[in-house]
Amino acid sequence: MKSKAWKFGDDISTDLIAPSRYFHLRSTLHKMSEHVLEDVVPEFSKKINKGDMIVAGRNFGLGSSREHAPTIIKMAGIDAVLAKSFSRIFFRNAINIGLAVIECDTDGIEQGDELEIDLEGGVVKDLTRKKSIKFNSLPTVMTKILSDGGLVEHIKKHGDFKL
Amino acid sequence: MGKTISEKIISEHAGHDVKAGDFAVVKVDLCFVQDGTGPLAVRQLHEMGISKIANPGKTIVFLDHAAPSPRTELSNDHIFLRTFAKKSGAILSDINEGVCHQIVAERFACPGFIIVGADSHTCTAGALGTFSTGMGSTDVAAAIGLGKTWLKVPQTYKIVVNGEMPKGVYSKDLILELIGKITADGATYKALEFCGDTIKNMPMSERLTLTNMAVEAGAKTGIIASDSITKEYLDKSGRGSCFKEINSDSDAHFEKTIEIDAAKLYPMVAMPHTVDNVKSIDYPKEVKVDQVFIGSCTNARIEDLRVVAKVWEGKKKNPQTRVIITPASKTVYAQAVKEGLIEKFIEFGASVTAPGCGVCVGVQGGVLGDNEVCVSTSNRNFLARMGNPKSSVYLVSPASAAAASIAGRIVDPREYL
Repeated sequence: MKSKAWKFGDDISTDLIAPSRYFHLRSTLHKMSEHVLEDVVPEFSKKINKGDMIVAGRNFGLGSSREHAPTIIKMAGIDAVLAKSFSRIFFRNAINIGLAVIECDTDGIEQGDELEIDLEGGVVKDLTRKKSIKFNSLPTVMTKILSDGGLVEHIKKHGDFKL
Repeated sequence: MGKTISEKIISEHAGHDVKAGDFAVVKVDLCFVQDGTGPLAVRQLHEMGISKIANPGKTIVFLDHAAPSPRTELSNDHIFLRTFAKKSGAILSDINEGVCHQIVAERFACPGFIIVGADSHTCTAGALGTFSTGMGSTDVAAAIGLGKTWLKVPQTYKIVVNGEMPKGVYSKDLILELIGKITADGATYKALEFCGDTIKNMPMSERLTLTNMAVEAGAKTGIIASDSITKEYLDKSGRGSCFKEINSDSDAHFEKTIEIDAAKLYPMVAMPHTVDNVKSIDYPKEVKVDQVFIGSCTNARIEDLRVVAKVWEGKKKNPQTRVIITPASKTVYAQAVKEGLIEKFIEFGASVTAPGCGVCVGVQGGVLGDNEVCVSTSNRNFLARMGNPKSSVYLVSPASAAAASIAGRIVDPREYL
């Protein structure tokens, strides 16, 4: 995956990702995804290209358990979210719906940098700045779910948890 | 080595001994969705190919975030959820009942339970000695369909609170102080176990506020050992028989211990726009308060409403401040009517609304105008939380919220008690 980095700060909450004034669009998520993160970057969904990445600071996704948050990020075309840390429910939800969430030191990545992710090798390559950043591998349980394509696929495949 | 409450409960439900850091698949005693997260959960359940749910009598659908519904799309979501409840046999808690976490505490939670809910404040039920945690729609769909979930056993932080809380200081001030100290990601993945003399003597209503906000420090859950206060609370709702004693072993391992002297606490406020932006109540100077919200699963129980009535005794509402009171459940509402509180609130000038999440989540009722300030007894003040990115929310105790209604500014409630 080769993509453009969109930089965000710390504590990007689920209220910023999926604002409550669009609560009524939760059953039409393609419409909701048009509003993803718009209070931080106006018209964010229109500005990004498919395959771009969010690069954030600490505690990305804090707040609500709304699965709509990682889902509309993925629907808007974002391939992966890199952050120094994630809030736990957001992280688990992202794995469940097949959105790549990568915990690594994002300090050295700047807005607009071109990134490439080697998932197997566990490395983020910042092609603009010519440097590599290692990232933490997922717990085995989550790797199993993600490699099946998410939790729905996992349950469909096995009829139960096969972790 | 001994076990923490989390390790005990998860071991029991996994069918084998676990310790912090282990992964386990566990049976679930109760699972629920609300009207914001429910439709997606039901759709995912169908996608999983599951036609019959594991335990209808242990599955609840709550219509509380948009109660009553303010628009067609949400009304259609309600129809969808009611249909699911009817077909599957799941319990339906309709728009008149109140907030999911309040009702789970009032009617369903029992010490030793594992409870998963598609709402981040599911940790509230930990006040009754349960292991309760919030998850997303797909995870809860799996729990509804299979009757189980997977968990990583959390490390536990021991929060020891001793001493007598001063008059005018409540558990809301305690938890805000703690979150300010720990920060919003300071307890990510941990269980917070509250103990100590202050907690031992704390009524259930106040305990629920503590565990409700555990997630605001990033925690997986908040837990309080069950005791005579738990038994009394369960007895009141006819569930005394489900009481069992559950506490951490004296030689359990806690990753961290935080000690708080309750006697040194004072009224606190979480300033815009994060919950850990906590200051003492006298920090915000001359903040004009447009709206006060006394509601939510955090602080809208009968005990909270009594405190509000006490603060308002003989006082007048500030003409520039509107007040919305939303009891957390129909039981609270009915009790407040019986005690004459609702009449007092109406006379004061408050708008008393139907039980539900109301103003807290910015979906239905009490959405803020541009540049408006709301002082709230709820648990979140993120930007745009109450429906308008150009507004600000301050989080306080019910006493402080009541005081702000009189002064029209954020003030120390002790001046009014």
